[in-house]
Amino acid sequence: MTDDIDAALEPEPEVPEVALPERPEGPTRRQLAERAERRRAVLIALFSTVVVFAALMVLVVSAPGWPDVRRSFFSWHHFSESLPDVLPAFWINVKVFVTAEAFILVLALLLALARSSRAPVLFPLRILSTVYVDVLRGIPVLLVLFLLGFGVPALRLDGVPRDPVFWATVALVLSYSAYVSEVYRAGIDSVHESQRAAARSLGLTSAQAMRFVVLPQAVRRVVPPLLNDFIALQKETALVGVLGPIEAARQAQIYSSREFNFTSYVAAALIFLAFTIPLTRLTDWLLSRQRTRISGGRLA
Amino acid sequence: MAVRSKARRLGALVVVGGLVVAGCGSSDDDDAATDGDGEATEQSCAVEDLQLVNDGVLTVGTDTPAFPPWFVDDEPTNGEGFESAVAYAVADELGFSEDQVTWTTVAFNNAFAPGEKDFDFDINQVSITPDRDEAVDFSDGYYDVNQAIVGFADSAAADATSLDDLKGLKLGAQLGTTSLDFINDVIQPEQEAFVYNDNNAAKAALDAQQVDGIVLDLPTAFFVSATEIEGTEVIGQFPASGDQPEQFGMVFEDGNPLRDCVNDALASLKDSGRLDEIEQEWLSDSVDAPVIPLG
Repeated sequence: MTDDIDAALEPEPEVPEVALPERPEGPTRRQLAERAERRRAVLIALFSTVVVFAALMVLVVSAPGWPDVRRSFFSWHHFSESLPDVLPAFWINVKVFVTAEAFILVLALLLALARSSRAPVLFPLRILSTVYVDVLRGIPVLLVLFLLGFGVPALRLDGVPRDPVFWATVALVLSYSAYVSEVYRAGIDSVHESQRAAARSLGLTSAQAMRFVVLPQAVRRVVPPLLNDFIALQKETALVGVLGPIEAARQAQIYSSREFNFTSYVAAALIFLAFTIPLTRLTDWLLSRQRTRISGGRLA
Repeated sequence: MAVRSKARRLGALVVVGGLVVAGCGSSDDDDAATDGDGEATEQSCAVEDLQLVNDGVLTVGTDTPAFPPWFVDDEPTNGEGFESAVAYAVADELGFSEDQVTWTTVAFNNAFAPGEKDFDFDINQVSITPDRDEAVDFSDGYYDVNQAIVGFADSAAADATSLDDLKGLKLGAQLGTTSLDFINDVIQPEQEAFVYNDNNAAKAALDAQQVDGIVLDLPTAFFVSATEIEGTEVIGQFPASGDQPEQFGMVFEDGNPLRDCVNDALASLKDSGRLDEIEQEWLSDSVDAPVIPLG
């Protein structure tokens, strides 16, 4: 055993230089083979994609109901007629979404911090935030919307706004901050206890440990699920319409009820997709980056 | 199931056609004969010859909640309220007894959407319009209706006496109604109209003062202001915007031959004065509201 270690510690013996055979210019045989393999894979993928999609197209278009389906859902005439109405209405959705998102991020973080607090004196805060999350997460958004949107203004209190868009935004904020606070909390819980202990041992207070050590790691981890919730929120803005304002989905419904054609809904759906798909792709990208980072960290 | 019942209906049609052609006639009060147009395909309106959604019963559709003065207590089966009474009068005229009438819930906008219907006719304050007529069939009108606007008596809206006075207001109406069309096409307010799933939501918004006024048919407007939302009044009613008065009609699946029989029934209800009596009984409250001229 000790001999082995001694041997290992000794300087490496000189390796006599061996003259390598002259490598010919250009790729090696192995590289060539790999390249051919890749090309074959691409061709097969391309071929199978084309075949499958062509078959799907033929199947759909030749289906007996297709002309009816196209007339009701994919009529170019109704699409170009309804889009100019639906697109400007989407502005309400955007406004509600952006405003609500900003407030949700803050309110949800406060809720999560309240639930994660450990000081005995903050116990009532923990109870309150737990009850809040339980209740608001359990009520359909639509009900919250009706309760606040029609209910509160009907009290006719002085100084209380009556604007339905305002109340719709409030309802979404209340509802979604309950969800999002749970996402934050999961992130906070996922930071190992030793991080907090180490921070405390360095002299940081509990609050400082949370602020400078736990939260930065926690938030970073939950960015993808946060985005996921915002995609959901973005779609939920269509609920604003039940209080009267004409947002994109409602505008589509108005068109549809007038023309007995569903293409306007498809137009509205496309507008929503144009908004959500980039968000979805961003989430995917962040997730995959995170996966690489974590596994990369482990290997190092 | 659907195929079978369709086959059965076809069978019934053939049998009926055969009967009429053969001149056997049936023992009913067939108006087709008195029409004198001599069409052999004219169907019989005898109860046993009618093609019904459910065998042996007349299935009538309306939305829920069914509200006054059209229905009473959200209960179409009690025969109370204008439309319930009209439906039972028509059923009686067709030869159905009261317990041969069943009601089914049909959302307002679905009533006149294209497609197969699970009612024989729908009676739900549906105005007859050319667009809707392409998707479904309508009976003759059973009520001439004016649009009206309801608002709080102490609000600025209450002083409106012309269309111009209304343009600056926030107005609301139910989705897919002629009331909404009226706001957009005739009043043309400066601020976009608010649109609600149903009249209840529109009323809630008015009650919450999120809108200055909601547009409804006149009898509903009277009911809302008199009994539902305290402090509101019918600010005004609007005369018909076209040459024809706006009319409520019963809705039938496109091409349903029952329509002609119901029209015969309606005609005899009009001739006998029965329809006027029903209107007097249920809609006489909605008499005078200030008229807001369109010109």
